[in-house]
Amino acid sequence: MNKPLRRIAIFCGLLVLALLIRDNWIQYVRAGELSTHESNRRVTIERYANVRGNIIVDGKPITGTVDSKDPFYKYKRTYVDGPMWAPVTGYASQAFDANQLEKLEDGILTGNDDRLFFDRTLSMFTGDKKKGGDVVTTLSGAAQKAAFEGLGDKKGAVAAIEPSTGKILALASTPSYDPSSFAGYHDKDAKAWQALEKDPEKPKLNRALREIYPPGSTFKVLTAAAALENGKVSDINAATKTPEPYILPDTNREMVNHARGCENATLKYAMEVSCNSVFAKLGHEVGRDKMVEMAEKFGFNNGEIDTPVRAAKSVYDRNMDRPQNALSSIGQFNTNATPLQMAMVAAAIANDGKLMKPYMVEELRSPDLDVLEKHEPEEMSRPMSPRTAQLVQEMMESVVQSNNGTGGKAKINGVTVGGKTGTAQHGELNKARPYAWFISYAKTESGSPVAVAVVVEDSKATRDDISGGGLAGPIARDVMKAVLDGKK
Amino acid sequence: MSVVTNTTTIGAIDLPSRRNTELALLGFAVAIPVFAYLNVGLALDGEVPAGMLGYGLGLGLLAGIAHLLVRRFAKYADPILLPLATLLNGLGLVLIWRLDQSPRVIAKSMAQFGSYSPDAPKQLMYSAIGVALFLLVLIFLKDHRVLQRYTYISMVAAVILLLLPLVPGLGSDVFGAQIWIKVGPFSIQPGEFAKIVIAVFFSGYLMVKRDALALASRRFMGLYLPRGRDLGPILTIWAVSLLILVFENDLGTSLLFFGMFVIMLYVATERTSWIIMGLLMAVGGAVVVGSTASHVKSRVAAWLDPFGCLETAPEGSNMIQACDQMTQVLMSFGSGGTLGAGLGQGNSDLVGFAANSDFIFATVGEELGLAGVMAFLLMYGLIVERGIRTALAARDPFGKLLATGLSGAFALQVFVVAGGVMGLIPLTGMTMPFLAYGGSSVIANWALIAILLRISDTARRPAPAPAPSPDAEMTQVVRP
Repeated sequence: MNKPLRRIAIFCGLLVLALLIRDNWIQYVRAGELSTHESNRRVTIERYANVRGNIIVDGKPITGTVDSKDPFYKYKRTYVDGPMWAPVTGYASQAFDANQLEKLEDGILTGNDDRLFFDRTLSMFTGDKKKGGDVVTTLSGAAQKAAFEGLGDKKGAVAAIEPSTGKILALASTPSYDPSSFAGYHDKDAKAWQALEKDPEKPKLNRALREIYPPGSTFKVLTAAAALENGKVSDINAATKTPEPYILPDTNREMVNHARGCENATLKYAMEVSCNSVFAKLGHEVGRDKMVEMAEKFGFNNGEIDTPVRAAKSVYDRNMDRPQNALSSIGQFNTNATPLQMAMVAAAIANDGKLMKPYMVEELRSPDLDVLEKHEPEEMSRPMSPRTAQLVQEMMESVVQSNNGTGGKAKINGVTVGGKTGTAQHGELNKARPYAWFISYAKTESGSPVAVAVVVEDSKATRDDISGGGLAGPIARDVMKAVLDGKK
Repeated sequence: MSVVTNTTTIGAIDLPSRRNTELALLGFAVAIPVFAYLNVGLALDGEVPAGMLGYGLGLGLLAGIAHLLVRRFAKYADPILLPLATLLNGLGLVLIWRLDQSPRVIAKSMAQFGSYSPDAPKQLMYSAIGVALFLLVLIFLKDHRVLQRYTYISMVAAVILLLLPLVPGLGSDVFGAQIWIKVGPFSIQPGEFAKIVIAVFFSGYLMVKRDALALASRRFMGLYLPRGRDLGPILTIWAVSLLILVFENDLGTSLLFFGMFVIMLYVATERTSWIIMGLLMAVGGAVVVGSTASHVKSRVAAWLDPFGCLETAPEGSNMIQACDQMTQVLMSFGSGGTLGAGLGQGNSDLVGFAANSDFIFATVGEELGLAGVMAFLLMYGLIVERGIRTALAARDPFGKLLATGLSGAFALQVFVVAGGVMGLIPLTGMTMPFLAYGGSSVIANWALIAILLRISDTARRPAPAPAPSPDAEMTQVVRP
């Protein structure tokens, strides 16, 4: 009986071998996939197993953590002024994952990042609990507050940048949401989440970064810069040969002017009163390809503007025909921009033609406050020469300062302010309520500390009242004032 | 496999008893679980667990008593089986104790029953009973051949044990599989005991019938086909296996019994044709039952595509549960990775149902990693190997067959359970020997080890010196 017995022994060996191979398959080959599988709750358990690091503004945390005494997820995220900061922090929910900074810097916040390896190893020996590191942002609490309160119950967004560095100072979006309301995983969290998902006002949308709007007349500053840079205009106080009415190229369609005195107006005057005809003509003269080139230097058509939260792609169409290009030169047709993009345009002009890459994470810190990574300002491009920039500044400043300018509401005593209003039409036959835009910057002797873009969409005001200067201008002023007051 | 090694060990030379080897190995078998216990305590509470001394002493005492009695009653027994069983049992206790501490398990029990009682103390008691049974077997079963007398009683006992869970009022349905009986406060899995009893019956029966089964056959297409009347037993066993499968919904138990029978039949008759017939019958039965019984069907679906079937399974069906379990177990293994999360630091309790019994191997996978699982599989492999070696060494056919049956059943059980939880084959409701929580399993497996030790002791015991023949001196060699 020994011969079959030996065969049985081999058979049993094969059974064990099969188990060993299978084990290698699931624990080695597929380990990565299984351990991070979307239905693997360990990922979330791990994320909330330790005190989560904070997101810091002005040296103070705008996030927090509470011990939820829950057997699954020990710690729960809390937010200070959640709705105000939601466009910056994003959310970290036990049931609904995380987004924006909470997601992108998750490694630092949970303490799992490789750069925290040393801290983890050390705390293993000292017996301390693992802790997350902090994310220090560039934002300014005062500017953010001014932006959020300025928007109030209107629907819209504000983006503010420090032109010399690219630091994002404010990033507000309304209507907003409180990320604390669904930070857990219980029924009430699910209810809050579903209510937000169903809300037609889309409160979870980060309008400052992730929504694109037709920029309307605010785009004219870009057209002006292109015209100056390409030599189509050399003296902003010289009359442009603009007919009234101006007929769009290759068509018999008139370019409607809402302002008066646009015939042969100077570029400066055209900017003050926002003449459509002058800028449509200039955009046409510059030509589509040169316009595209200029727009792209400012960041249009770039889907990878990471702050590190990625901004939506602003569009200046590369394949339009000539009348469409003329319309696009005044921010109509299919030209679209995020509020951040328009703030970048204002910032580049205020910074004498140098566009700095916008960013909102100043530094990453370990739990014991060592700096792990510090963000250095980075130049993104130079859309125009300092001379061109100064000419555009002169025009934008007269939009605010001069008596017939449209941006008077943004005036701040004792400070030079440049701005441009915009009222963008949209919807079928332009029947929907227009978007009110205002982009501006403030300037002191030591350069420009702030550039802002404000958009107010679908305001509760009547259609006639909507003008960038009236609705968006005061918000921009308050944000700039908040930054200026902070500098004193 | 080298054939020249002396496995039959017939001879009057006194072999080394290897008891000191066993003692040394037992030292490790006690020390390793004690350190594992310490490890869990440090990981969970950051301090040396209070019960460590008691646990260490308890395990040490059990192992020590077992060793002393083996020294006394089975001097030549295999030196590795007892340490392996002790180590597995000890580590099983640590894992169960570790899962007892899970706040999630506690919270779930509080929500469901309003109370919570840890399983580790109960398992410790079962282990003690198991070791006691082990000792009783060694003391009272002086020679395994005695069991031969009970061949047909064993058959009746095995059938009764196997069919007990079907008795109304006694059997209880646990997650689809009806393999438990409830006696007072205790749940007993009679299949675990039936495993041993039926091995006794098969050995006794096959020892008597092997010649008839092997030789009286017709040759057909290169196969030796047995005579119709000799087919009786295999058909009966097949039918009983199918009955178990159909009425108790337990793929594992039926596979185990049928597989064990085929292995023993093959060893007894040395005819390959039995294996082929057995395989055909097993496949036939499995296909028929697999495509009709809903419980088996959902297990198969969960095996084929666990993540996919979680989405496609109809709402509220037991298929959802089966698929969910499978995904949880797989993610548990996957999250362990190569070296594991460390004892006490995993989340294998997410498996939810039967985390410390049927699915305890997932905890090994997650907390000890690939390395730990492979070590466990090799330990089980080693037990099987020692069992088969005992069979090879046994001098009597009954002992050979019994050792074959017991180690074959052990191997199949490990394969069916580990293969099931790792998604190699469809999941079945059986438990990892020694490791998993469950009194029947621990007690029955200690008895199984005791019988193997008894057979190996008999096999290696030096044959008594031949009695001097009274004729020897009288006979003169006449030289021409």
